[in-house]
Amino acid sequence: MNVLSRTLLFSVALVLAFSGVTYMLPQMEGPAPKQQVINVGELTMESFVALGKELYAGKGACALCHNELGRAPDMLAFNVTEVSLQRIADPRYEGSAVDAEGYLRESMLRPTEFVVAGFGTKGSNDSESPMPAIDKAPAQLSALEIDAIIAFLQEKDGEPISVPLPVATAETTAAAESLPPPAASQGPEEVLTRYGCAACHSILASEATLGPDLNDIAARQSAAEIRESIVNPAAVVGDGFIVMMPEFPDMTIAELEMIVAYLTAAADDQT
Amino acid sequence: MMMFAIPIRISLARHLGTLLATAALIGFVCFGFAATASAQPGDRGTLIVFADEQGAASTNAASLLPAPVLQRDDYPNIGVSSRSIVWVIAQMHLFFGALVLAVPIFVLVIEIIGFRTGDDRYDDMAHEFMKVSLTAYAITALFGGTLALALFLLYPQLMSYLTRAFGSQVLVYAGLFFLESMLLYIYYYGWNALRYGNRKWVHLTLGLLLNAVGTTLLVVANSWTTFMMAPSGVDPETGAIVGNIWEVMKGPLWNPLNLHRLIANVAFGGAVVGAYAAFKFLSATTPEEKAHYDWMGYSSNFIAILAFLPLPFAGYWLTAEIYAYSQQMGILAMGGILAWLFVIQAVLICTILLAANYYLWSGMARSEGSERYRWAIKYIATVLILGFLVWVTPHNVIYTAAEAVKLGGGNHPVLGPLGIMPAKNIAVFLMLICTFLSFQLYRRADKVIAVSWQNWGNALMASIYIVAILNIIFAGVYYGYFTNTVYKVGSSVIQVMSTLVVIVAGVLIDSLMFRGARTLHVSWGRVADRSQYALFALPITFTWLMALMGYVRSSVRTHWHVYTVVRDNSADNFIPTLQTVGNMVTLVTLLFLAFLLFIFWIANLSGTRQLPITVDADAAGARVGT
Repeated sequence: MNVLSRTLLFSVALVLAFSGVTYMLPQMEGPAPKQQVINVGELTMESFVALGKELYAGKGACALCHNELGRAPDMLAFNVTEVSLQRIADPRYEGSAVDAEGYLRESMLRPTEFVVAGFGTKGSNDSESPMPAIDKAPAQLSALEIDAIIAFLQEKDGEPISVPLPVATAETTAAAESLPPPAASQGPEEVLTRYGCAACHSILASEATLGPDLNDIAARQSAAEIRESIVNPAAVVGDGFIVMMPEFPDMTIAELEMIVAYLTAAADDQT
Repeated sequence: MMMFAIPIRISLARHLGTLLATAALIGFVCFGFAATASAQPGDRGTLIVFADEQGAASTNAASLLPAPVLQRDDYPNIGVSSRSIVWVIAQMHLFFGALVLAVPIFVLVIEIIGFRTGDDRYDDMAHEFMKVSLTAYAITALFGGTLALALFLLYPQLMSYLTRAFGSQVLVYAGLFFLESMLLYIYYYGWNALRYGNRKWVHLTLGLLLNAVGTTLLVVANSWTTFMMAPSGVDPETGAIVGNIWEVMKGPLWNPLNLHRLIANVAFGGAVVGAYAAFKFLSATTPEEKAHYDWMGYSSNFIAILAFLPLPFAGYWLTAEIYAYSQQMGILAMGGILAWLFVIQAVLICTILLAANYYLWSGMARSEGSERYRWAIKYIATVLILGFLVWVTPHNVIYTAAEAVKLGGGNHPVLGPLGIMPAKNIAVFLMLICTFLSFQLYRRADKVIAVSWQNWGNALMASIYIVAILNIIFAGVYYGYFTNTVYKVGSSVIQVMSTLVVIVAGVLIDSLMFRGARTLHVSWGRVADRSQYALFALPITFTWLMALMGYVRSSVRTHWHVYTVVRDNSADNFIPTLQTVGNMVTLVTLLFLAFLLFIFWIANLSGTRQLPITVDADAAGARVGT
């Protein structure tokens, strides 16, 4: 083999080896947010809260910094309403909020109004927040979306939701950006199959034991608890199990309600 | 007295000429920017968005043309992914641009060394390096022109906006390109005509001017890139261009990227000409040829690694500035969907370090004196491999539910801590120190140190290594695992400083210890053929790495053409999977490799001369007679 062939072979093999490494890693796409029209008239408080949760992890990108890694206060780790009131009472606070809802909205729209000690921009002595205003680019959340996040934060702590449900007017829409909803499933069995519930749980024809048995779940949990367990798998963890159930950001409200209704009915059938 | 005065005057005159020429060039560039700034429409040259003037600026901005709001239909559909087309062409332009801008930098340094030492070998080598660069220059221009056409065809509105932002600066860029071309051709073709005496000063001045223009071209083009990542001089509400050209150019990421690309280009250029030398070495048929190209390959590797060692520090500055500009952008790159790419980066950088070290170890065979240090190789190799393993250990991986139960959670109980950044920082800094140690041993291999304090010198050097290694491990472990996350970044500063101290102290101590040292014979050309493949591995890995990290830098903009100002609504506005990225990077690397072989072939062809055709007189006469 001549020099050219040998060097070429070596070079191509090395390049392909590097390419092969990319095949060994998890494959994920990062879709861009797409325009979606939210029909305010169809919103319920539950779907409003679910929208807030989706925005918190998705378009709002709140969870990028507000997590357990300590770059910003982990909003899911404490009671946001209680802490908001503490912040308002802080002698350093110079904002205009008088209640938790006002404080949360203010901290999203004008993050520098009050910077939690230790979380300011480097070198600013906590006088400036690194967080961008949430109604400006890149997040560009609408007023409705900001309210939805507040509703989600209040609801996850079990606090009363103070933000009103957006008023439904004929064909009132708010241009919001979130993932487009996937095609809805036709029936509960299809929903359970689609989201792979039977891979871990005993349900339908499955006798899997990795997760709690769902055939008699209604005997142990209320409809609200079942709903919460699907939306937030870490909320209640059964004895002898660990949290490994994924979240289902693409699941529609209708699909969620189908599963809840099916599981509740399944228990009724057995009794 | 006169005998001393005359050379000094001549020398001053030479330097004065150099200075005047450089000043004239800088003046030309500054004039270009000033003229560009003053040629902006309206009064936008006077509008600067300082915080206290925000309101006024916004008011004025309202009367200016806002950034375009693009819809899917605004993008021409030619049936093939526009992003893929631009990706390939832009990357090829960047590869060749990096090569042609970097090679003259170290060629000038080599030429100066040759001039100072009077060793013609340096001059010949520098000239040969330029031959590779010259051939690549035309290809760079071709890809540059094609890229401009592709961008205007596929992203017309975006290009219209960018043209508004940068105005006639692009004409300054074109003017510089002409100047670069002229200087390049005079520099290369005038090499032998301006080889000795005073004429050499003229040639060196040309080289300096060539590099000044080349670097200016680089930083001008960088301003387009950094404007898209972190726009400045624009109204944040409307995207209208409210600043003058200087304010548009000097975004927060401009200088970090300038430094990073400049250093990376030199490393890349050194690696590519190293491959050229390796190719020639393997093809050589005489011992003289082998010796020449072995020495050329060694010099190239030296340049590449010397430039590569400070690269992580420049990268650190760039990343820190990205975080400072937008925490979201920084976290997306380092902790979000793009974070997996850094596992691939780890594989690539470790390949570079292993190849560079292997080449140095193989090269020790050139000198008998290397026997004294060979025992250290196995320990260095062990640290390099352990460092590699730590670097590629992921924090968590996708697993099945059953595996998760067995694991007892999301992270492996033992390997989990190795997956986070502090462990990887420890690994990479120790690998850098080991690479420097290999280099230091290589340099010592052909020398017998004669200074009386050599034991003290060695003890001092060993102490510096030990303290630096302990410092790196302690800072990484303490700040990484026992303090708040916000302090983790701070530990890197200690580690960077420890590594730099080793490198600087090593160079200083060695240069003092080498005084009066006896140099052993170095048999250039006496090196195994397989070592040359390390010289191929370097540019291939550099190329792959450049393409990959360029993709990461570009992708942190996510679905924005110009971050937060011009939204990307094209069909390609998503972050692709790692497989797609890997395929694209491999495609551009293979294309670059193909073009590179073409360049090597052309460079060879220019030195080939056909022998005169000899005609057999009898046969010719017979033909005439018939």
